[in-house]
Amino acid sequence: MVDTPAKILKENVWYSNPVFIQILGICSTLAVTNNLMNTVIMTVGLMFVTGFTNVTVSLLKTLIPRKVRMIVQTLIIAFYVIIVDILLRAYLPDVSKALGPYVGLIITNCIIMGRAEAFAQSNGPLLSFWDGITSGLGYMWVLMIIAFIRELLGFGTLFGFPVLPAGMTHWTIMVMAPSAFFLLGTFIWVAKSIMLKAEGGK
Amino acid sequence: MVPDINPFVLFFASIFTSNILLANFLGMCSFISISKDMKSANGLGLAVTVVLALTSMLNWVVLKYVLVPLNLLYLRYIIFIIVIAATVQVLEMVIDRVSPALYMALGIFLPLITVNCAILGVALFMQIRNYNFIQTVLFATGSGLGWWLAILALAAIQKKLLKAPVPAGLKGPGITLITIGFMAMAFIGFSGMLSVQ
Repeated sequence: MVDTPAKILKENVWYSNPVFIQILGICSTLAVTNNLMNTVIMTVGLMFVTGFTNVTVSLLKTLIPRKVRMIVQTLIIAFYVIIVDILLRAYLPDVSKALGPYVGLIITNCIIMGRAEAFAQSNGPLLSFWDGITSGLGYMWVLMIIAFIRELLGFGTLFGFPVLPAGMTHWTIMVMAPSAFFLLGTFIWVAKSIMLKAEGGK
Repeated sequence: MVPDINPFVLFFASIFTSNILLANFLGMCSFISISKDMKSANGLGLAVTVVLALTSMLNWVVLKYVLVPLNLLYLRYIIFIIVIAATVQVLEMVIDRVSPALYMALGIFLPLITVNCAILGVALFMQIRNYNFIQTVLFATGSGLGWWLAILALAAIQKKLLKAPVPAGLKGPGITLITIGFMAMAFIGFSGMLSVQ
């Protein structure tokens, strides 16, 4: 079975999307989706970490003893997360403050570990990098849609710019935790229904 | 520097008003996959609570007496993760020796806990908010109990859901997330009681 870059892209962005099919990595990031800017930064950080972790794991795969590979992978991930954290604090201190502990929590984001384990362990560095980036992309667009809805209805803004007329009442619930669960649940429903329909049509 | 919060208020707040799972979204991964039956939900809840209480104490000591004096704060992610992984490993061995019955019940959940975001999350919250030792212990224990409460409640709801007619596309994780959403709304009801942070 040979994976072509195009196929990996399609798999990671839609058919086995990390968020709505594999339900991975939603822990750390539902919390940041009430603001588009934070979501973009967070997902770009995740993309960076996933991509480079995959490359590193793929390059080192013959050197890492199987028994300790989990902890080695975790350390590799932690290494890249520290880089992201330091970069954020240096160039975007406000965003870094707003994200708080959630940057560090990229470490325990199951997507990264999952991709390192499932893909990078058995593929070359370049393909692994591509796989990491596309997984990040699959993660990004779902979160962007959720963040778009939450910020628009919750604050009436997009990326901080007021979009809705000032008289509109803000939906406070959209800023709070439950809405993230509802929106992600609904998103999964829509995506699954589309997939079921496509399968039925064949 | 240390916030002026009564540790016991913090304890109750971390169970109800700022539940680690329902308000801070931490520990979702294992939460969704394990919440199918009461027994394993209970086991995992207990394991998370114990590990949280233990690791937060260790991490606090490491943070206060090693990382801060040596000015190595930027290494905290790696150090916290190592402390957590090591604690889980040691705990697993100790439980195996001391009580095989408990090991049978908890053993399979312990490795899962290393990658549970709630554990690392609590360690990071404790660092960012500058809690002192007592506050940290009660905050961590409360968070664990809150997580336990939430997973038990969800497992109980899931049991009833089995008999409910759910649309095909919504089956599985979809309906689980919406259920969690309702639970989170119910927990917001507690927020008038205490306000911390």
